[in-house]
Amino acid sequence: MACMRICPTQAIRVRGKKATLLNDRCIDCGECVRICPNNAIIPQTSSFSDFSQFKYTVAVPSPVMYSQFRKNVMPSMILAALRKVGFDDAYDAACASESVSIAIQEYLDSVDSPRPLISPFCPAIVRLIQIRYPNLIDHLIPIESPMEIAAREAKHIKMQELGLKESEIGVIYLTPCPAKMLAIKHPPRKKHSFVDGTIAISDIYAPILQALTETSHNGDGEVRGLGLGWPILGGQVASLKAEDCLAIGGLSDAVRIFDDIENGKLRDIQYIEVHSCPTSCVGGSLTVENKYIARGRVLRMVQKYGSQPCQDREKIRGLYQKNFFSLPGKIPPVPLQPLDNDVSKALQKLHQKQLFYERLPKIDCGACGSPTCTMFAEDVIKGNAAAEDCVFLAMKNFEVISSNLLQTLQKHSQKIPATSESVKP
Amino acid sequence: MAMHYTQSFMIEGRNFLAAGRASAEIKSILKQLGIDAAIIRRVAIATFEAEMNVVMYAQRAVMMIEVTPRAISVIIDDQGPGIPDINLAMQEGYSTATVEMREMGFGAGLGLPNIKRNSDDLKIMSTIGKGTKIEITISIN
Repeated sequence: MACMRICPTQAIRVRGKKATLLNDRCIDCGECVRICPNNAIIPQTSSFSDFSQFKYTVAVPSPVMYSQFRKNVMPSMILAALRKVGFDDAYDAACASESVSIAIQEYLDSVDSPRPLISPFCPAIVRLIQIRYPNLIDHLIPIESPMEIAAREAKHIKMQELGLKESEIGVIYLTPCPAKMLAIKHPPRKKHSFVDGTIAISDIYAPILQALTETSHNGDGEVRGLGLGWPILGGQVASLKAEDCLAIGGLSDAVRIFDDIENGKLRDIQYIEVHSCPTSCVGGSLTVENKYIARGRVLRMVQKYGSQPCQDREKIRGLYQKNFFSLPGKIPPVPLQPLDNDVSKALQKLHQKQLFYERLPKIDCGACGSPTCTMFAEDVIKGNAAAEDCVFLAMKNFEVISSNLLQTLQKHSQKIPATSESVKP
Repeated sequence: MAMHYTQSFMIEGRNFLAAGRASAEIKSILKQLGIDAAIIRRVAIATFEAEMNVVMYAQRAVMMIEVTPRAISVIIDDQGPGIPDINLAMQEGYSTATVEMREMGFGAGLGLPNIKRNSDDLKIMSTIGKGTKIEITISIN
């Protein structure tokens, strides 16, 4: 029940004591994973054995990983530890975040498309837009994610270095959330992903912790640049030169902002960084460390290493001109099924839904297995739930039945004394 | 008989907290009906602007939406100061908003022109000292 209540897109129903997911509503935000008291909701990540097909494996940890261990553990140590726990190599993605920041800045400076532009890097937000805000798809900035950029770079480097084919190298992304995982399995645009699999940070945490005890920090070749700040709220905005940018965390605030944009407001805002998790990626549901402590560590890393860029700005600008960062293809809208595909019939059903809703208690108790009375009315009208599933309606029915029964009984009881009298001698 | 759906919403003047709820509700209704996203956006902008006009200038209003398979019409009937010169109010950039309203980002004089731009038909009737009635029509096909 907790998952049904927390689901921000009302995608969970409890039928027959079991939670079921409505795939057309789900945006993979992971809120249900986080809240389930029985750990019954487990995102499908991969395990090491799934990668045995590859001759060579490269781990690309989300930069969130750098914030998960005690404070003197530096990114280079984590990359070294990853090479010890079974991956042939490990490749940093924070530097790719810096490249992507430069590409976003170029796009903001040169493309005159509807403002505000929205960041496309939180897959749950992209799905929310596909489902509920098809009008805002054109606001998503068509730039590839740091994850993909890093994976592509890692593959190309290893192909050259080792003379392997692309298909022989497996790139595994270490993810802070289930949304990233699903974005790889079912990318919103039909395109090839350079990432071959994902492992949850929470699943690989223990082996790395173990390996870290045998790793020392030599201080050389440390990961640098503002890309280190990307895992926290405002990290993207801080890496841009543009003014008039916003950073939004959490789905309820995202929905408010998207409603505003749809109503024609915020046109003077250039860029909006939006995350489904309130504290951005350090608060992902597959992370281990307390999100506020993780945030503090990211801020310290940025303070220490952020001011030294890891990329040559001019080189990245050149790559941007060659469409190195652009996403081909369009993100399609996937709107929710209306009450009926025929507007006339949909109007009728909406009317029926309203009439039925008026009979409901409107307290959103959830006992029927739908998250709200409004949602229940819609489920009933669409034929996905039965009116009797509402305990209040069932009680009313019961009252009607029992009062009918009572009346019948009373009639009979009046007759009974009559007959018993007649039996009297 | 053509099927139609109507629903009414109350809008309170000066209640900036609740401002935008009626137009959000209307948006949700149109989504359930499977209305084209581009049309929903036009309705959203027009009804939001109209709702904000009530919140900023009037005491209260009733916003009534009627949807038929052919068109969406929204009537906003307010009790308020009325518009002295409708032609002037229809000009972009003209506004009677106070300094406070402008500081909050409202009153750019784009409200009525924006409603007009997004509707297929717009009727405005106003009586000074009594109120304004706006009828917005947006066709579905």
